Amino acid sequence: MPANNDALVMDEVKIDRTLTRMAHEILEKNRDLEDLVLVGIRTRGVPLAERLAARIKDIEKLEIPVGVLDITLYRDDATTVGPHALLKATLIHFPIDGKKIILVDDVLFTGRTIRAALDGIIDFGRPSSIQLAVLVDRGHRELPIRADYVGKNLPTARDETVEVHLKEEDGRDEVHIVRPGTTSRRTEERAAEKEKKKA
Amino acid sequence: MTPEPGVRLRHRHLLGIEPLDAGEIGLILDTAESFLEISTRPIKKVPTLRGRTIVNLFMEPSTRTRSSFEIAEKRLSADSLNFSVSGSSVSKGESLLDTARNLEAMAPDMIVVRHSAAGAPHMLARACRSIIVNAGDGAHEHPTQALLDAFTMRQKKGKLAGLKVAIVGDLLHSRVVRSNIFLLGKVGAEVHVSGPPTLIPPGLDRLGVKVVTRMETALEGADVIMMLRVQRERMVRGAFPSVREYFNLYGLTEERVRLARKDVIVMHPGPINRGVEIAAEVADGPTSVILDQVTNGVAVRMAVLYLLSGGAGSELAS
Repeated sequence: MPANNDALVMDEVKIDRTLTRMAHEILEKNRDLEDLVLVGIRTRGVPLAERLAARIKDIEKLEIPVGVLDITLYRDDATTVGPHALLKATLIHFPIDGKKIILVDDVLFTGRTIRAALDGIIDFGRPSSIQLAVLVDRGHRELPIRADYVGKNLPTARDETVEVHLKEEDGRDEVHIVRPGTTSRRTEERAAEKEKKKA
Repeated sequence: MTPEPGVRLRHRHLLGIEPLDAGEIGLILDTAESFLEISTRPIKKVPTLRGRTIVNLFMEPSTRTRSSFEIAEKRLSADSLNFSVSGSSVSKGESLLDTARNLEAMAPDMIVVRHSAAGAPHMLARACRSIIVNAGDGAHEHPTQALLDAFTMRQKKGKLAGLKVAIVGDLLHSRVVRSNIFLLGKVGAEVHVSGPPTLIPPGLDRLGVKVVTRMETALEGADVIMMLRVQRERMVRGAFPSVREYFNLYGLTEERVRLARKDVIVMHPGPINRGVEIAAEVADGPTSVILDQVTNGVAVRMAVLYLLSGGAGSELAS
């Protein structure tokens, strides 16, 4: 098995500070908070949206609704890429007509996930605006999409992978760049888990 | 966004419940759970099967199942073509295989087939390139009905394993009962069946169910009562003396419902014959989940079409 020599680019403290800064940026840009809602893209956009909502509550003492968006059914490669991703529920239990939506995801890469998310959101109503917040922008866009709030710009090679680990999903807060030919920590952990189950 | 690890059905077609394992059944039910939400949205449509063509080849009359499939296809943005026996070349003597081959020359991606002959979808699966979904073949199987029944039971009871399910009525002509017995057995539910001796197919007990002729015995302590329609159109000769007598012995009345558990649910695959197998006050009563079954049917069929489309052209084709 190839060695794990991925590079740690953000740790817990950095992620924490970054999210606080992003929350302030969101508040600065959106003075009127009445119509603001956050929508996290599954999987890791959801805990990030919840954390941003918690930061905004700390600062402004205002509860911002958080929705969950699964974009699986909106992927433009849904019927051409073989096995489907496991479908999970979309949970947007509030009207979005006339709302200012902050769409939240962990990594912005080609832009195709965001395109799918925009299609998904529009099926729920007509928001007044949609802004995009991402923890990491790694470049290599294939569509004319840019983020309004970026935690960290991370120039990467096309064949590298950016892995975001969050406590809610992975038990710790870290961002890694995984170089080609190496095994990521997440892959190693999954393999170890499988072995454990077998044993 | 990191994609979830890929999952799929091991089968290219859905020909019956018999070849599925509990994991595949669970996958379909879990996927249907997500599709249920789409029917509550202001815009009840997702673009997943855009550009796909699905033929609904119904060689036997059906309103409920065909409409349910059609709505499921439309909600997934597939192009669907309805083909029914009346007014088609079948009435001019064309065989099923020739009809299917002609349809396939128009390059559909899936064919949803209902036929009065058991095994018709299996024959199409061997002869056609399209993905085949069995929407009921003779008295053999009706897999999507069993899946939507299981989905409804799980939705109302929170589980399937350990449930006592009583299936009562015309067991002989029912494809629903066979699919349900296969499915419920795989997920660990206990099935009791009952009906007039003339309407119990021989060898049913070999499928792992308890067969009783006295309806009340089957109902005692049941979590779920599933009534089956008396399919008089399939009976070559009278299987019971009169409708009144049938209702007296096998009709589900409020009094008989009380033999089951307090939180029992009453199901029926429809269409119901009020006053034949079920009393109107039970069909419309608080224990009835008959209309929930119809709603859930669309979500389950969306899940089946979605999951099968992911396996198109796959090396895992059975």
